[in-house]
Amino acid sequence: MAAPQSKERAPVDARPLPEGGAWITAARQAAQARLAGVGLPQRRDEYWKFTRPDDLIAPEAPRAVLFGGDVPEVFGTVDRVRIVFVDGVFDAGASDDLALEGVRIERLAEAAAQDIHWARDLYGALEARGQAPVARPLAALNTAQARDGVLIHVTGRASKPVHLVYVHASETSDAILHHCIRLDEGAELTLFETGPAAARFNKVLEVDLAERARFDHLRIQGPDHERRAITHVFARLARETVFKSFTLAVNGVLTRNECVIEIAGDDASAHVAGAAIGGANFHHDDTVFITHDAERGESRQVFKKVLSNGATGVFQGKILVKPGAQKTDGYQISQALLLDEDSQFLAKPELEIYADDVACSHGSTSGAIDEDALYYLRARGIPRPIAADLMVMSFLAEAVAEIEDEQLREEIMGHFEAWLERRRG
Amino acid sequence: MLEIKNLHVDLEEEDKAILKGVNLTVEAGKVHAIMGPNGSGKSTLSYVLSGRGGYRVTQGSATLDGADLLAMEPEERAAAGLFLAFQYPVEIPGVGNMTFLRTAVNAQRKARGEEEISAADFLKLVREKAKTLRIDAEMLKRPVNVGFSGGEKKRNEILQMAMLSPRMCILDETDSGLDVDAMKLVAEGVNALRDENRGFLVITHYQRLLDHIVPDVVHIMADGRIIRTGGPELALEVEKNGYADLLAEEA
Repeated sequence: MAAPQSKERAPVDARPLPEGGAWITAARQAAQARLAGVGLPQRRDEYWKFTRPDDLIAPEAPRAVLFGGDVPEVFGTVDRVRIVFVDGVFDAGASDDLALEGVRIERLAEAAAQDIHWARDLYGALEARGQAPVARPLAALNTAQARDGVLIHVTGRASKPVHLVYVHASETSDAILHHCIRLDEGAELTLFETGPAAARFNKVLEVDLAERARFDHLRIQGPDHERRAITHVFARLARETVFKSFTLAVNGVLTRNECVIEIAGDDASAHVAGAAIGGANFHHDDTVFITHDAERGESRQVFKKVLSNGATGVFQGKILVKPGAQKTDGYQISQALLLDEDSQFLAKPELEIYADDVACSHGSTSGAIDEDALYYLRARGIPRPIAADLMVMSFLAEAVAEIEDEQLREEIMGHFEAWLERRRG
Repeated sequence: MLEIKNLHVDLEEEDKAILKGVNLTVEAGKVHAIMGPNGSGKSTLSYVLSGRGGYRVTQGSATLDGADLLAMEPEERAAAGLFLAFQYPVEIPGVGNMTFLRTAVNAQRKARGEEEISAADFLKLVREKAKTLRIDAEMLKRPVNVGFSGGEKKRNEILQMAMLSPRMCILDETDSGLDVDAMKLVAEGVNALRDENRGFLVITHYQRLLDHIVPDVVHIMADGRIIRTGGPELALEVEKNGYADLLAEEA
């Protein structure tokens, strides 16, 4: 598999921009300028206080061995359009036909060769908006450097979900993908993303929702132990839109998922949830920034992490309520289940409110497994390791409950249960 | 079947003696009741037998069919046939009652070297047992004990007992928090499980449960010891005169 980027030893922000048509070249150059303006993340940056950016900005991707075991297909029971990327490179043979009623799907690599494209208003635009008030240099890097991804224009209600399958095949792959999704008025789409993707993965997803549109996002990251990933989701929500995103992450030495949401229209709703589990050198960071800039907006952040053997969990979550965003209802909870005393959870919940008629709450806890519950399960004959896994499922349930669709919820839980079972051996 | 000899137990954290030499034998097919005032050590006895942490056995033994219970993990005791119906069943959000039951049944089967029960057989069995306890399908689907009323929690305990079909059942204050109708339902569930191969130890503060689950033997426990043993009439005596008289006699 060709992975030309990994052959270059130049600093990541000094790589030459890919060739392309006029519209994308303009977007890439603008992103390159944004990146030059803010610079790569440094350890001393407040926003990177809990997560070392070193591996994410190293000239070459740190080597990551592949996950040895068999991993059953996720969402196998769901009729969907599969689009496969192997180490960030599109695999036409493994992908389905990109035709889907009510949806236009194109590859960025093809669109980028054109001189003009609808995505010019979106590609890098939400990322650029998301650079203030906090810089997100690795997202700008992505906009500047991405060679592929998907551009999806949803004009109606998509008849089936789109599934981006990320296969990790090379131990040194350094993948960058950039996806844009535009949902027209009243349009609906469900997007799945699954797989370890690469040794190092930088991904941006920009989602623009017009009035009354709905976007459901389900993502599973894992299970490779050594993979590293920095991902950004940028979403802008017009009036009466619904945005829902859930991520299950297992394993990986470094994962930072940033989610930047702008509630721009009244009566919009944004729910972001995550369940993460890992041990030892597992480092998992959820960084969420939700801006309420319209009335009667509702947002929820529900993040749960299960940490063991010295693993680290990070949560940075902010709700910003701008002046005039009255009747905002913002909720945020982040919790860690620490399976031993070597693991740590670092949480930085923030509320910043400039409107006087809002309801916002946040909470953060970390704790151990409830010994009474464990004893109860064991007293019924359930061996300790299985009982502990049941308690893990119990702990994550609140986050998983954020998945509205029962079939998909059960699909994810079934996948997760099977993973726990394999892990117990 | 269950043999407890000179059992002494301390609270681990406080170095405080709770059981001070308990002797008790429950034979197969018999129902024994333990009554006693609050703080006499009744519940501690049930916890120590089932393997809850936080207690230290300083002397004595407890065996089930000759096997040393105190040397086993809680799950091993369960697989050996011991069942404790909890006074306060624990709520486990996010874990379905059915998943919990199936996991428990199969774990015990596996520990005994038996085949796992098939999904179809399990479903049939659980429906049949649930019906007699008036536990509906919705309650089976819900997370373990979450949002259950006091009566529902206790019925759920008896359902677990019925599904696991243990050799030795301990009921810890199963009547607490139950109204008369709920108590009858629970007692019916227990009585349905009475069997010549199965023993029961019913721990209760009040006599009223014993109107419904009629014991063969009644023990009175006070200050970590069994101070009187008799027939069902002993329970009636407690109901009539309270514990004070018995304790005074002992002193």
